[in-house]
Amino acid sequence: MPSLKDLKNRIDSVKSTRKITKAMQMVAAAKLRRAQDAAESARPYAERMQAVMSGLAAAVGASEGAPRLLAGTGSNQVHMLVVMTSERGLCGGFNSTIVRAARLKIDALLAEGKTVKIITVGKKGREQLKRDYKQYFVDHVDMSGVKKLGYDDAAGIADDLLARYEAGEFDVCTIFFNKFLSVISQEPQVKQIIPATFEAPEEGAESGALYDYEPSEEGVLADLLPRGISTQIFTALLENGASEEGARMTAMDNATRNAGEMIEKLTIEFNRSRQAVITNELIEIISGAEAL
Amino acid sequence: MANTMQFDLVSPEKRLASLEATQVQIPGSEGDMTVMAEHAPVITTLRPGLVKVTGADGSETSFAVTGGFAEINAESMSVLAERAYVGAAESRAALEGFLEDARKRAAEATGDTRDVAEKFVADLVHLMEAME
Repeated sequence: MPSLKDLKNRIDSVKSTRKITKAMQMVAAAKLRRAQDAAESARPYAERMQAVMSGLAAAVGASEGAPRLLAGTGSNQVHMLVVMTSERGLCGGFNSTIVRAARLKIDALLAEGKTVKIITVGKKGREQLKRDYKQYFVDHVDMSGVKKLGYDDAAGIADDLLARYEAGEFDVCTIFFNKFLSVISQEPQVKQIIPATFEAPEEGAESGALYDYEPSEEGVLADLLPRGISTQIFTALLENGASEEGARMTAMDNATRNAGEMIEKLTIEFNRSRQAVITNELIEIISGAEAL
Repeated sequence: MANTMQFDLVSPEKRLASLEATQVQIPGSEGDMTVMAEHAPVITTLRPGLVKVTGADGSETSFAVTGGFAEINAESMSVLAERAYVGAAESRAALEGFLEDARKRAAEATGDTRDVAEKFVADLVHLMEAME
């Protein structure tokens, strides 16, 4: 049985833990709002871009001179996987879900005898993947210095990928990130960005006016595809940022609640043993008096 | 009104402008063009330059863009620019840094890409002169 002093100390320490988790939850909530706003304001650009590109890709896609970013290298032997995770922990299952999705994909690819290369964004995923797949790592993007995610960060990653693609380092590129559905639910996403894939336009959807293209359909497409890749990476990073804060908020909310329950339990235990001590002392006094 | 159209300028990070415009001048990669309502549908890439928008109330605004593309149809047009700046002062500093990078890339490039990069630099310089 712990002494009264021990119990008191434990209650105090759990109380300060609760304060910290509570504060972290509130910080996460504020950051989440900002991240959501950022994701929201990036949407018009991404949507337009996607719409124009899928229209163009449908027109050019089948022809001979289709750009390599769209048509692929003609093989799918070497796979580049970009795994996007957070820089900091304490955000529940956020990183584990992405890593699990990545693991599944890596194992499947290896089983098929493909070559796998991995680029990690954010150090948490790197730590988790390092144990089993260290030999496949080719690069790591450190986002810890990034305070507010800008388009330039995404463009940097995209430029690096494009340079590697031009150099023939890989055939297929897939990104892993969490899609933000709500504060309590994030969904790991696996998305192939090179060669570019497009959701087929809905059947019966208005195909819109027939556009003239300047300088030419191929020219515009060749100009757009690299931008499209930066945009997709940017969107993924933004979704990831919002998901991370959402997951952290939920995790910290749970931690705060747990701490509250623990304090209640400990307080009850503390009061009981305090009463027991008092009763004991009384018994000692009374029996001492009776003995006289 | 038939003589105005919806104009949107969006960058990856945010929507910079959304207004009714009577005419918009854009730096197309094949030459400048001025777009008015009822324009034929065109998608064009942009070179660095100024986008000049004349609003329905006659006000004129310019934005500096460093590339991107424009989608034009009869009722609306949207410019999707990777970088777009409104004010002159803050954009100057940002553009100067960008020009520095572009120059470096042009110096490193070879063959065809070198011509493209050098044209890009020239366009940027021209843009900065136009802003003064």
